[in-house]
Amino acid sequence: MPTIEIDELRCKGCGLCTIACPKKLITLSEQINNHGYTPALFQETEIKCTGCALCAEMCPDVAIKVFK
Amino acid sequence: MQQVFRRPESLKDVQTHFCPGCHHGTIHRIVAETLDEFDLARKTIGVASIGCSVFLYSYFDLDVVESPHGRAPAVATGVKRARPDRFVFTYQGDGDLAAIGTAEIIHAANRGEDITVIFVNNTTYGMTGGQMAPTTLPGQRTSTSPYGRRSEKEGFPVRVAELLSGLDGVAFSARAAVNSPRNIMDAKKQMKKAFRYQIEGKGFSFVEFLSACPTNWGMGAIEANERVGREMCEYFRLGTFKNTANL
Repeated sequence: MPTIEIDELRCKGCGLCTIACPKKLITLSEQINNHGYTPALFQETEIKCTGCALCAEMCPDVAIKVFK
Repeated sequence: MQQVFRRPESLKDVQTHFCPGCHHGTIHRIVAETLDEFDLARKTIGVASIGCSVFLYSYFDLDVVESPHGRAPAVATGVKRARPDRFVFTYQGDGDLAAIGTAEIIHAANRGEDITVIFVNNTTYGMTGGQMAPTTLPGQRTSTSPYGRRSEKEGFPVRVAELLSGLDGVAFSARAAVNSPRNIMDAKKQMKKAFRYQIEGKGFSFVEFLSACPTNWGMGAIEANERVGREMCEYFRLGTFKNTANL
């Protein structure tokens, strides 16, 4: 099953991955991380991640790993 | 299950100082990926500039010379002439390249130095507090043009990629953006072509990247990202302006 892993400490919560994901599986967390940002949160629903890596391509902080 | 997207080896695994949504990080990654693809890391000498791009040496796992205030193309000229076996690139913002270092970039390009120049255009001086730059769009508010840039008094944004393509010494000149996955794919292709020019000894190559500066534009990251497509791409057209070897 394709999936992604978001490094919560590296993420600055810019949200560019949320607009890149064609399945809209990424949202911003309401919790604040160590740096004071609200990191991106990956949550699969009945819609599944395809491993397209568009979120990782858009991430300016290289905080997303993609597995397929 | 295999990892299909990972941090390029030439990019150190460290937190950057860039603001959330700043495109410098994406452009750094594209440069690092291209260096890895051509297996250039061990023979590359980068030349950093002044501005938010100043910490290049902290983020890339490469040899880097620091050359502030627009002098990067002049320093890169010296590095490349002394060590022609090395791959030499500069990484400069618009305040550094298009304002402070206009003389250096024009003459390095005109001499046709065998280097690659990476130019990051975010229409403002990022590090020093968002002052008006030569690339600031007409009407754009900055800390030194609080009522918007007036072209009748402050001139027009300089289209550097087009300007340099008019010089005979330039072999490759292109402009790319990183505001959408599609544009990022195109940007990678342009970066690859520019690097190939130097690898194959075909002359001076130049790529301009349009970049968002959410903090100094007074916008959120997503809104700033949208502005790149809506306003910047209108004035600064994406594409290849010179490609002498048809790579």
